Amino acid sequence: MSRQNKLPVWVNAGLIPLINLLAAFVVSALVILAVGENPFEAARHIIYGAFGFEEGIGYTLYYATNFIFTGLAVAMAFHCFLFNIGGEGQAYIGGLGIGLVCLYMGDMPFWVILPCAIVGGAVFGGLWAAIPAYLQAKRGSHIVITTIMFNFIASSIMTFLLVEWLKKPGSQLPETRHFADAAYMPKLHEIAHAMGIELAHSPVNISLVIALLCCVAVWIFIWRTRWGFEIRASGKNAEAAMYGGISPARSIMISMLISGALAGLVGLNELMGVQHRLVVNFTNGYGFVGIAIALMGRNHPLGIVLASLLMGALFQGGAELAFEMPTMTRDMVWTIQGLVILFTGALEHMFRPRIEAFFQKSDKSDSASCQGPEEQGDEA
Amino acid sequence: MFMTLILLLDSTLRVATPLVLAAMAGLCSERGGVVDIGLEGKMLGAAFVSATVASMTGSPWLGLLTGIAASILLALVHGFASITHNGNQVVSGMAINIVVAGLAPTIGNAIFHMNGDTPALSNAARFTAIELPGAAALKSVPVLGPIYSELLSGHNLLTYLAFVLVPLISWMLYKTRFGLRLRAVGENPEAVDTAGISVQWLRYRAVMIAGVLCGFAGASLSTALGASFIRDMTAGKGYLALAAMIFGKWRPRTTLLACLLFAFTDAVQARLQGVSLPVVGEIPVQFIIMLPYVMTVFLLAGFVGRVVAPKADGEPYVKEH
Repeated sequence: MSRQNKLPVWVNAGLIPLINLLAAFVVSALVILAVGENPFEAARHIIYGAFGFEEGIGYTLYYATNFIFTGLAVAMAFHCFLFNIGGEGQAYIGGLGIGLVCLYMGDMPFWVILPCAIVGGAVFGGLWAAIPAYLQAKRGSHIVITTIMFNFIASSIMTFLLVEWLKKPGSQLPETRHFADAAYMPKLHEIAHAMGIELAHSPVNISLVIALLCCVAVWIFIWRTRWGFEIRASGKNAEAAMYGGISPARSIMISMLISGALAGLVGLNELMGVQHRLVVNFTNGYGFVGIAIALMGRNHPLGIVLASLLMGALFQGGAELAFEMPTMTRDMVWTIQGLVILFTGALEHMFRPRIEAFFQKSDKSDSASCQGPEEQGDEA
Repeated sequence: MFMTLILLLDSTLRVATPLVLAAMAGLCSERGGVVDIGLEGKMLGAAFVSATVASMTGSPWLGLLTGIAASILLALVHGFASITHNGNQVVSGMAINIVVAGLAPTIGNAIFHMNGDTPALSNAARFTAIELPGAAALKSVPVLGPIYSELLSGHNLLTYLAFVLVPLISWMLYKTRFGLRLRAVGENPEAVDTAGISVQWLRYRAVMIAGVLCGFAGASLSTALGASFIRDMTAGKGYLALAAMIFGKWRPRTTLLACLLFAFTDAVQARLQGVSLPVVGEIPVQFIIMLPYVMTVFLLAGFVGRVVAPKADGEPYVKEH
């Protein structure tokens, strides 16, 4: 199918996702209306909460940091045509690695702890993804099912560890003691303060920079290295890749290891940046949001950054919304996210034929069309 | 010991009800070539609507009907994305799960102001236990008595329905013209198309059947086994049902057995909690809870022999011109 190539890049990567996004928001507005609230007022609260003041922007960026990690993780697996729904569990187990480093290396300086924590999170997250990857590559068990199961298993294991082993002595809550000060991720407002600039206090921290570096690294890896090529090739067509001397099983392992490692880094932002201890359920659904991020961002690091900003704004704005309009709880944000996944992911082809027809008409260079009657006839 | 086993099997049948119904839903959909990750969301949606309507009207039947309607609606969304627009079926199912997980408590909160749950249903608004004829009289008969009056009698209508539906679905799939076409469209849609039969309409009917079955499954959760809607009450049952279907190799009878096996593990885990076993001592509750999930992974990792999915499962059918 070559018809995708006929569209200019800005239409394909910009206009179509934007229209899909708009459709998701329209349906969300209808839901808000049905629940008996004013969608415009809700939108105003979300936008003000996310961008209206300095602290809000900081929170938006802090949420976006988590989403960049999980979005990159899902995209990494997508390039090998694997659907990694296990980002949630990988982030959780990765957080264990980060937490252990911070708890047991507390007397080291920050510049020793940070690389160790990165390695710890990446290794734990990567290995947690490696088991479903191995089962997919060697035993053919469906990675969607196994990664979902591994989310449940991770949740049980972490509750067990936090309740039985890692819990702070004398505490009833399933959480560890606080990390040593040296393991605190410097916040951006603290760094700015040291440089003589005053910013409002917010949890956004150095992890954001690490996340952005990961974006660059993933871009280089996917499009500029041999392994990246092998992963894309076996994702597109495993048999053809095999003829080319590429082992699909190896590609599955590599892409899932990296995918899990990226998800495992959520703890840098969440644990070292904000919680400063290992707590139960700190992943908070960020792994699932990664799916929406990867879909919206078309699996490209740049798109993922933009999509993460959008979702971060939705999360932070949603918190503000819940504060202003008590009926609009976190669940509403969850609904909007689901609709965004539906329209930008599953229904991505809904408006495409019409948009294509529009651009072909204005182009006139192309007379051949391979559109089916069902596509032309639908009233979207 | 015998009584323990009877009680264990009794709760197995109860726990199996939503699993069997959802697995049959997945089976019908996937035999027709449409992957259905959205079982979870459809069940949750139906559970919510059933409990809401039952608590407002006091009628479990109205609850069941509207629950099924909600589930069919979600199935049609899935069909619209994956059949009409050739979208990614896994993504569509996942989206439905997330939308429902957020939407059900949002609406619930707007109606009942109970943090997303629905009020507890009275027994009149639920599907309650049905005593089979003569259950009380036969209770004292050794061996057969407990099997009849404890194990088989005293379940709710939807549990009986689930087990009656399995042979019915098997008959539909293998003995009717519709079933033959349904299986064909999951294996080789081109051939079905060549025979002048609409691939799209067949697949739409497949996902709608899945919608009806998920509707029963959801209603069983909130108005038969439970007595209200609780947020996230499906707790992964839709995914377990999917695993049972794969483990059962997309066949009704083996899928039923897989569901019973999962339900049995679940019943055992509920019984094992807080019990001290010989040698190992008391097993931490978290490990018992993850038993069904670990078993799923083990079983899918190739202890079931070669698993062959319907050939066109998950493939959008694009007509050539």
